[in-house]
Amino acid sequence: MQMNSLDSAPEGPTDSGLALAAAAGDRVAFATLVTRHYDRIFGLCWRLTGQRAEAEDLAQEICASLPRRLQSWRREAQFSTWLYRVIVNAAHDARRRSATRGRAAAGWGDWEIARQATMAEDRAAQDWLATAMQSLPPDLRDTVALVLGEDLTQAQAATVLGLSEGTVAWRMSEVKKRLRALAAEEAHP
Amino acid sequence: MTDDIDALKAALKASPPARNPARTAALSAALRAFDEAQDSRQGLPHGLRHTADRPERAGLLKGCLAMLSGLKLKPVLAATTSAAALGLVMVAVLPNLDQGPMRQLPAPSAPVAETAVVQMDTEAVADDAPALRKAMAPDTGAVAAQAPAVMAEPPMVADGDLPEAERFGVETEGEAYANAAPNPVRSTAETPVSTFSVDVDTASYAVIRAMLNAGQRPDPQAVRIEEMINYFPYAYPAPQAGGAPFLPSVAVMPTPWNADTRLVRIALQGRMPAQEDRPPLNLVLLIDTSGSMDDPAKLPLLKQSLGMMLGELRAEDQVAIVAYAGSAGEVLPPTPAAERATILAALDRLDAGGPTAGAEGLDLAYRLGARMKQAGEVSRVLLATDGDFNLGPSDPAALADYIARQRDSGLYLSVLGFGRGNLDDAVMQSLAQSGNGTASYIDTVQEARKVLVDQLTGALFPIADDVKIQVEWNPAQVAEYRLIGYETRALRREDFNNDRVDAGEIGAGHQVTALYEITPPGSPALLNDPLRYGPPSSAEADPGAELGFVRLRYKAPGETKSALIEVPVLADAAADPDARFAAAIAGFGQLLGGASYLGDWGWDQAIELALNNRGDDPFGYRIEAINLMRLAQNLAR
Repeated sequence: MQMNSLDSAPEGPTDSGLALAAAAGDRVAFATLVTRHYDRIFGLCWRLTGQRAEAEDLAQEICASLPRRLQSWRREAQFSTWLYRVIVNAAHDARRRSATRGRAAAGWGDWEIARQATMAEDRAAQDWLATAMQSLPPDLRDTVALVLGEDLTQAQAATVLGLSEGTVAWRMSEVKKRLRALAAEEAHP
Repeated sequence: MTDDIDALKAALKASPPARNPARTAALSAALRAFDEAQDSRQGLPHGLRHTADRPERAGLLKGCLAMLSGLKLKPVLAATTSAAALGLVMVAVLPNLDQGPMRQLPAPSAPVAETAVVQMDTEAVADDAPALRKAMAPDTGAVAAQAPAVMAEPPMVADGDLPEAERFGVETEGEAYANAAPNPVRSTAETPVSTFSVDVDTASYAVIRAMLNAGQRPDPQAVRIEEMINYFPYAYPAPQAGGAPFLPSVAVMPTPWNADTRLVRIALQGRMPAQEDRPPLNLVLLIDTSGSMDDPAKLPLLKQSLGMMLGELRAEDQVAIVAYAGSAGEVLPPTPAAERATILAALDRLDAGGPTAGAEGLDLAYRLGARMKQAGEVSRVLLATDGDFNLGPSDPAALADYIARQRDSGLYLSVLGFGRGNLDDAVMQSLAQSGNGTASYIDTVQEARKVLVDQLTGALFPIADDVKIQVEWNPAQVAEYRLIGYETRALRREDFNNDRVDAGEIGAGHQVTALYEITPPGSPALLNDPLRYGPPSSAEADPGAELGFVRLRYKAPGETKSALIEVPVLADAAADPDARFAAAIAGFGQLLGGASYLGDWGWDQAIELALNNRGDDPFGYRIEAINLMRLAQNLAR
């Protein structure tokens, strides 16, 4: 059995082929690569921040940094893993920056309610998500965003976060514990 | 228990879809960064995109739209540099990519890939660890171009130390700008020439005001003194009709915080078209009434703002209103401005709701504008939105193109941004640029008054592009000098005469103020010891002699060749209350930013100086600043 590869290449050039060409100055390859991955970048940014505007800003920041960062990408690393790491690190930086700005930024959520989420049901689901994410400390939130939101295996998440697989496994069990506590709290407020 | 996990998983998976304007902006930013990296690899002059390093997005903290040239969609602007030319390629490519990226793209050929591998082997740092660390390090290069200075912070890894950083066009100088520490005191013997780009942004002041009013001490990184000083109107001499588009003037005064130094104020006043001479104005208000505008800081503020603006119009002006939400509609047919009650009632009827259909609204607004237009009149569409501008089938470039064609037929466009969160500043900025207008951000009624009432007639047209200032100090008169502020606008000495190097723009009626603190030879305030092997200092300083010499370069809008203006700095150029008020604001900024040159001079002195030099302050901006100083003083305790 093959290991689940995250790199997307249903057709056309592979991510790593594009990344190498882009690093060598191929503009079309670079444009293709960024276009292909924008939604993934935005998606993870949103899962990490819970705020749409912030996620959009962050995604743009990451896209603009890619030309330079690609110079340090090595073929040995899977492109998606590398990209996830870039995103997680950029989100950490943004978190630190907003902390120094003195904005209440540690939280997850407090996103603008998406316009389409006017249905009460959606609203309730989003509120629950925000409560659940806010109940988790930032490192657990990041782990959850990768493992649950991006469907990474614990091993892949560990590579992205630069942790051991055991730590990720421990974090996920911690998440379960906290969610249980949250559910108990909701049942008996 | 897995239920919770599954629920969390499902909720996280249901992320909101990426929005097109944000995607377009991000892709444009990425390609621009790519081009810049390529340019510098090819050895194009480093400083060409100086403005891209400017911390324009600082304003975005408060969503300030003005002057976001770092986010401009360059391609739709006049192509004056190779940057713009490269950008043109970009818009040609993007739409195709959106539809089916894979189809026309040749797979990277083997030779290309091989070259890349070779390059990476030789050029990447020898060891994996630093490379990885670099990959994981916070971005300060390409991102610095986008990230506001207030958000920038010292990099974890000094990119400049890595050889590849230079080679791949990481604009290390740019990074320094974005993180710039206050300008140091320079010795005239070593560095007689000081060069910088003008700056008419005022975003930093608005950010600081918002922070102080929220009871927070502003982050010193948010303080850009030149933007604070330039927030205030001053009574500077105006240029003569038919002459240069702006007039420089110089004043010299004792430094409030140091008896042994002097302050030199360099002021520029842009030409102001005479109000009485202005032709009748046809204004089409194109108002976003989509659901997202239903917010106290959006539609209600918008109504108030536009209501205030009506008072500035003359009886012969005309107003029409188009609202766009689910569908665009004419809310008010062209109506003489004299019928204020009718216009106000129409504004009042606007109600937020429904999705956005911007392109349709724009089209309707232009058709109305064309109907109102008569020979000799100026017609302008004023787009008021929170930025969630649904571009419909057309891409931003095509839309900007459309606006530019309308501009050529005499219909201009300006943009007013409201609220924070949705603002698609790149698109809005590009629309305003194409429409020969400005993009302004309105967060309070006060700001609305400043933009739409006090300064309505100004700032409609740029009068000078790429304005650079160079000051050469006379070592016989000035031993040391320090430019207060403009850290992020520094230019290299040789950039001054290089017309390819971009710099700031000045609009009609705009003002620019810069302050230098200078120390005469032999003064006890000197901070640097004289050079042992330096040239012998000239004998007695002649009090009538020039302290220095100011050179200004600018281009008329659309021109590629710059013109030069020169003015000497004379020691007896007396200062006015305006100069002293600017000095008080410079003190305010230095106190907020961590003052190192102020000695015992503190809040009390700054407040007193500002109060004594308030002038007539008809709009109350100065008293507002004084109250902010008081607030800052209390917060500092």
